[in-house]
Amino acid sequence: MGFLHLFIVNKSGGLILHRPLGPNAPRIGTNEWLRIGSTFHSLHAIAAEAGPTKLPGNKNSSGADDGIEQIEGGGLVLKCLQTRTGIKFVLTAEPGTPDLDTVLREIYVLYSDCALKDPFYELEMPIRCELFTNAVDNLIERVEAGGMKSR
Amino acid sequence: MSRSSTNILDRPLGRSGTRSAEGPVVSLSAFAYVYSELVQYHQGRAASISELERRLESAGYGVGLKVLEMTAYRAKETKRETRLMSILHFVSSSVWKSLFGKAADSLERSIDHTDEFMIIDYEPIASTFVSVPPDLGQLSADAYVSGIIAGVLDGAGFSARVTAHSVSVEEGEYTKQQGGNTSMPSGMPPRKDKAVFLVKFSPEVLLRDAALER
Repeated sequence: MGFLHLFIVNKSGGLILHRPLGPNAPRIGTNEWLRIGSTFHSLHAIAAEAGPTKLPGNKNSSGADDGIEQIEGGGLVLKCLQTRTGIKFVLTAEPGTPDLDTVLREIYVLYSDCALKDPFYELEMPIRCELFTNAVDNLIERVEAGGMKSR
Repeated sequence: MSRSSTNILDRPLGRSGTRSAEGPVVSLSAFAYVYSELVQYHQGRAASISELERRLESAGYGVGLKVLEMTAYRAKETKRETRLMSILHFVSSSVWKSLFGKAADSLERSIDHTDEFMIIDYEPIASTFVSVPPDLGQLSADAYVSGIIAGVLDGAGFSARVTAHSVSVEEGEYTKQQGGNTSMPSGMPPRKDKAVFLVKFSPEVLLRDAALER
């Protein structure tokens, strides 16, 4: 049961953060990451069009764009949270890892605290905030150790 | 047209009717956003790191002058402080309490220099969400708070140069935080740096204090 990677894509499809979250995470080069980020961005948009049911305005119930929310494969679960502002938080983990949704939501809260309130962070640029990366690492450690208590 | 019978200085801060146990409450996020904008504004106009720090300090200076008057009035002090140690105690307890809701964590005197004192805060609120990039090196986001302290001291007649420094917290130094007040926003790990406000008094202040001692 482990988390693999976290990556964050901005609203134009550029990758702003990629971070391995556990020892099982495969090593992926920077160029690969940029390609993964933009590919996911396009697939997310296409999936809304290709799906059998279309939501009005292509927006889901929380006001964000409709698109890929979860991909399950043989050795991988990928979950995506898109925010109203177009930022996509994507978390990959081994199958059977609990609480992925809550962890994603927590990461969104940490982003809005540590990155958006930082005067030195420019929106849509790669995240270089130490506080954010430390907080994410700390969150993953806490979840792996004790499990997520429901809020 | 009715006039409120209480003076504006006697009325509590914050929305009336929401008196919590600790007193009036202001949103930390609201402060963080306004402060972030203040820092960005000055960063666009400053040519160097020290100029940015000076601009933040002068932004806090005006606040300090007013906070001194307000806090002294609210504390109903009848005599103003004339001694060095008493003004420092006033700053680290009353001023800190009225600004941040708690007293400063410690007040120390420097061993090497007799005119230097340090006020230590383990959780400075101005820099709660700030990550200083490595190319800005020594900048402390708490320069605004050191400006406030300088304003308070200057207004009281003790001219001083106050600078803010981030010093990493040693293991075990910070035990009283655990289980105590939960001023940290939820989900954030405990701070790795404490803010040390170095107060360096002008020589005439020390001479005057020594003369009063006799």
